[in-house]
Amino acid sequence: MFYREAGDFKTSYGADNQTFPIKFDRYRYYAVLAIAYLVIPFIINDYWANALFVPFLIYAIAAIGLNILVGYGGQVSLGTGGFMAVGAYAAYKLMTAFPDVSIMIHVILAGGVTAIVGVLFGLPSLRIKGFYLAVATLAAQFFLVWLFNKVPWFYNYSASGQINAPERTVFGVLVTGPNTEAWAKYLICLVFVTAAGIIARNLTRGSVGRKWMAIRDMDIAAEIIGVNPLTAKLSAFAVSSFFIGVSGALFFAVYLGAVEVGEAFGINKSFLVLFMVIIGGLGSIFGSFAGAAFLVLLPVALKIIGVDVLGWPTDIVSHLQLVIVGALIVIFLIAEPHGLAQLWRVAKEKLRLWPFPY
Amino acid sequence: MKMKKIAALALTSALVAGPAMADLVFPSLSYRTGPYAANGIPFADGYMDYFTMLNERDGGIGGVRIDVPECETGYNTEKGVECYESTKDIGAGALIYQPLSTGITYQLIPKVSADGIPLHTMGYGRTSAMDGATFPWVFNYPANYWDGASIAMNHIIDLEGGSLEGKSIALVYHNSAYGKEPIRTLQELSAQMGFKLTEIPVDHPGQEQKSQWLQIRRERPDYVVMWGWGVMNQVAIQEASNINFPMDHFIGVWWSGSENDVIPAGAGADGYKALNMHAIGTDFPVYDDIQAHVVDKGLAAGAGDQIGSVLYSRGVYAAMLAAEAARTAQEIAGHGDITAAEMRAGMEALSITDARMEELGMAGFGPAFDVSCQNHGGPGLAYIQQWDADTQTWSLVTDLIASDRELIGKLVEEDAAAYAAENNITPACN
Repeated sequence: MFYREAGDFKTSYGADNQTFPIKFDRYRYYAVLAIAYLVIPFIINDYWANALFVPFLIYAIAAIGLNILVGYGGQVSLGTGGFMAVGAYAAYKLMTAFPDVSIMIHVILAGGVTAIVGVLFGLPSLRIKGFYLAVATLAAQFFLVWLFNKVPWFYNYSASGQINAPERTVFGVLVTGPNTEAWAKYLICLVFVTAAGIIARNLTRGSVGRKWMAIRDMDIAAEIIGVNPLTAKLSAFAVSSFFIGVSGALFFAVYLGAVEVGEAFGINKSFLVLFMVIIGGLGSIFGSFAGAAFLVLLPVALKIIGVDVLGWPTDIVSHLQLVIVGALIVIFLIAEPHGLAQLWRVAKEKLRLWPFPY
Repeated sequence: MKMKKIAALALTSALVAGPAMADLVFPSLSYRTGPYAANGIPFADGYMDYFTMLNERDGGIGGVRIDVPECETGYNTEKGVECYESTKDIGAGALIYQPLSTGITYQLIPKVSADGIPLHTMGYGRTSAMDGATFPWVFNYPANYWDGASIAMNHIIDLEGGSLEGKSIALVYHNSAYGKEPIRTLQELSAQMGFKLTEIPVDHPGQEQKSQWLQIRRERPDYVVMWGWGVMNQVAIQEASNINFPMDHFIGVWWSGSENDVIPAGAGADGYKALNMHAIGTDFPVYDDIQAHVVDKGLAAGAGDQIGSVLYSRGVYAAMLAAEAARTAQEIAGHGDITAAEMRAGMEALSITDARMEELGMAGFGPAFDVSCQNHGGPGLAYIQQWDADTQTWSLVTDLIASDRELIGKLVEEDAAAYAAENNITPACN
């Protein structure tokens, strides 16, 4: 009944190639965008923005970035936290060095800087893969965090080693600093997420994405049919790091406002984003959103249920959170290795046949 | 994704129902889990129990009951932000935040300044917040990190008979904003007093310190000063005892001197010293009240096994200072249901006298001091306490030691001016 191609006639190649070829899917996508842009900004408050929406949107960008590398490119990376730190510190240095340039440009430039660093640390991928590559990127994680802690130039010689986001505006509206309105924070992240989603989706279904997937599925075969592994692997690292850098810049400038590298961008962050990608679904843009939503919302929901509804002690709830999130990850890996995206795909198939399954 | 959002939306909106409007709300951003729990639990228990005692004994402060919503931060800044946002609008609004984390403090300083809620960082946080003209919403009385560094050096000078010329001192610190705080002061002091300072960072969480203590073993500094927290303290004290470092030459800041830090090292920890900004032990009438009104009624927070420990006492002290500020605020405002802005006025007008401490059943527990707009940092005094592994007790080995306020005042001025310039603040006292 839903999700039928029937009656949805395409008259051009463009129409046939669009991202959402099924009419219902397309309308749903427009509806989500409309709610996100036209409804939520008017009802959002500080709590909703800072506890749920802003972290969800920022982690979604990071998850898209990592998904390009791991899910599409087949290159395992444990350096996400380090690359987010590069984005954050690049944004900080740019914001303080060029206060008159728009923050939007700084965030994009921070992504660019991270892309360069990502390519550097992606070079070993030309020789090693799998676990060995994971260890090489792990080195990036530790090296970058150490670097930002060690060299005072990166934090402008502040006594505490912290970086603090100064106030910056977009079209006269504050988007960083403590006086930012909840809707402004939310909207700036949403703009970047939308752009990241569209770019990533179109990259992955074009020739670039096909090359990444060819390398992922079998690099020797890909090389034989004419895919250059050097450009394919390094472009995967560059694009992935770009998105991760953007998310790191937003994480620092818009979400937290003050960051300490070891605490905010430690190895835990790398694992968190990797879990998002795995739970959401490798090789799926929707999966990146689903995984980010799952791991951002679940702890908050568990806390609200445990502490505010049931009135349990905070430490027990906090320990239970670890148990439940851990158990869910294991269950997901066993029951649905392709993640939430696969559940979504199956649900769509079912809906397509409903109410007359055969 | 959409469905999840809506479900979560429905869930939380149904749950944001606070206590009665008339309560005084003192949120407790505690951490009872993670690598810092050993130190977070006693403080949170003490903080909670003192307020429970006031509720049970006096019916609150000035006749208004106290509500202490607890939120678990795990010493993590992201969770700290979530906790802050979820507790700041409870009831008539939160009156004061005491996050017990320098990282979260840095996060909250701009937020509380924008939202107008006082932040009290007792002996932690941003030291230059003692300049009330630049940081109107942030207080760090009765002492701060730079006082701590200076007091530790003054104690060492006393031990060395008046001069540190040619001595070497190592600073073992948590590699974060917290641990980096004293470096600036120690560098100044090292130039002034002529000792050699070695900085040895330990990364979060501090479980692994073999290489750091190897370095200490190799370089044999005359003294080791530690800025540690959580599991890092226990490991450092254990490692120091493993390399046979003379424990009475090993001095921790006030956050590295609780029972939970020294007990794991057993007899090896004997003689270890730490700063403390208040007296220790349960020989105070306030503890009888806590026993009678809280513990005996089965209302003790947590497992109830931390009562009387150093950090429990600090939690009680922090709660007492908050309650006294609220009382001062009620007197100034002339009504019981104070707002956050009135609370701030109360904190700035806070006057702790020896007579008042005696009334509170805490005679001699902490120094007498007055807060003013120019000085949000109190007197900057601390004791040195020493651990006796045989009796498993801390005892104070010195009187209150003063810090070099002249030097610290100068550094605070510099740092506060830098913050004011960065954030377009015009320092003002009115």
